[in-house]
Amino acid sequence: MSANLSAILYLVSGVLFILALRGLSSPETSRQGNLFGIIGMVIAVTVTFLSVGNFSSGFIYVIIFLAIGGSIGAFIAYRIPMTAMPELVAGFHSLVGLAAVFVAISAFINPSAFNLGTPGNIKLASLIEMAIGAAVGAITFSGSVIAFLKLQGIMSGAPITFKGQHLLNALLLILIVILTIYLCSTQSSNLFWILIAISFLIGFLIIIPIGGADMPVVISMLNSYSGWAAAGIGFTLENTALIITGALVGSSGAILSYIMCKGMNRSFFNVILGGFGATDQTSQSQNKEQRPVKSGNADDAAFLMKNASSVIIVPGYGMAVAQAQHALREMVDTLKKNDIKVSYAIHPVAGRMPGHMNVLLAEANVPYDEVFELEEINNDFANADVAFVIGANDVTNPVAKTDPQSPIYGMPVLDVEKCKSVLFVKRSLSPGYAGIDNDLFYKENTLMLFADAKKMTEDITKNL
Amino acid sequence: MEIDPFIFRLSIFILSIFVGYYVVWSVTPSLHTPLMSVTNAISSVIIVGAIIAALSGSDGVVFSSSSIYGFLAIILAAVNIFGGFLVTQRMLAMYKKKKKDK
Repeated sequence: MSANLSAILYLVSGVLFILALRGLSSPETSRQGNLFGIIGMVIAVTVTFLSVGNFSSGFIYVIIFLAIGGSIGAFIAYRIPMTAMPELVAGFHSLVGLAAVFVAISAFINPSAFNLGTPGNIKLASLIEMAIGAAVGAITFSGSVIAFLKLQGIMSGAPITFKGQHLLNALLLILIVILTIYLCSTQSSNLFWILIAISFLIGFLIIIPIGGADMPVVISMLNSYSGWAAAGIGFTLENTALIITGALVGSSGAILSYIMCKGMNRSFFNVILGGFGATDQTSQSQNKEQRPVKSGNADDAAFLMKNASSVIIVPGYGMAVAQAQHALREMVDTLKKNDIKVSYAIHPVAGRMPGHMNVLLAEANVPYDEVFELEEINNDFANADVAFVIGANDVTNPVAKTDPQSPIYGMPVLDVEKCKSVLFVKRSLSPGYAGIDNDLFYKENTLMLFADAKKMTEDITKNL
Repeated sequence: MEIDPFIFRLSIFILSIFVGYYVVWSVTPSLHTPLMSVTNAISSVIIVGAIIAALSGSDGVVFSSSSIYGFLAIILAAVNIFGGFLVTQRMLAMYKKKKKDK
């Protein structure tokens, strides 16, 4: 296949990837978009086979390895529970990162296969691109592994900080730049290995100080990195499909990180520098005063809801942990049978990744046109009779609007307290991840329901 | 004077960042999780590089020091391609509109 023809076909697959993302602008077009993505991928892979044109024994092995990886991927995709999506995505990011590292290593060892020169005499531009691809890929890999371990609960979600952490990271980054410069002049393979090793270390170091609830930002950020790594490799291989995709994914992840940071009213650097919650938690719990709380049982909650004409549900990470989404939808079905209007309010950072709650509700067969974003629904709380907060906490805290001293001051929150009554399902009075007491607990119109989210929801349904 | 082909690739890269910027802002927030899984799947187009690397061995030598990295990268990228697209498909199939029959 001629180089020009394959370049055009790579461009076609790049365009199909753009259409795949474009399709996600609404659920109706999204499935078609995904199909475009698959077609784009098939074109890219086929063109690569045809342009390499080597159908010797190596080709059979490529197919075998492709099949092995593919079946592992398919198996995971069908088995993974929807509550585990954040872990899955973090895990997938790590694979993209590592694949980028491997391709860069291979290109470094055998540059002639990629038309980049000969070992020890690689074209300067290619060497720089390769080094960038490998470094970003390695950072993505080790960062994603840490994110995965934290999300999976294998590693504590608490931020790990130590003195001089930021200084160390900065020094390591400078070291990477220096190594790249030396690599260009000496073409030494030892330097290349050291560069990759240090990049792995950086990925590890920048993710450990970030707390569990900041994971939406981290995952989006790693998403972005995996894109930049792919783009770096795309420049090395002079491949348009890879460059376009890398740029798309890179900017997509960056935008998601921005949206997540805005949802928490924190700057990107504030999240990256980490350590949020670790210091506040201790100081807050010491001076915690005992304030009266009204608590109730499923019966009380059912009574309140039965007499309501509109109910707004506010789900959060706790719903995912308790796997309560199906029980919740059953409760809502019963409410609807009684002609009660029900809608769902989703905060941008609810859950552990962007859009996490929406997927869980969709899984429980909640129609997506009953689910609303913060700006769409926030004015409705004042007119609603009951707000049912299930597994959310900080995103409902009125302190964010009233107390400039609070660490979450200025964060956009759901105006849950404006409802006539608030039902708050929670296991205990403990503060959320930010370590801040939620004023909502002590409001006159709040009824605390201390129980496991799933069990409480089921009990309410029985009492309706 | 001739323009370095690198400049063309850089132009594509920069323009794609802008395309990505506008396309992603138009993604509805409720589909942000599928967005992440699908970007994951498409970034595995890095398999293109992995295939070239894997087939780089000289005649008769399938596994050389450089092609082994290619084969490893193929496995990783394939997990991602199949896993990413299929899990996205699975998620998107769950998004349903309200039934009109009530």
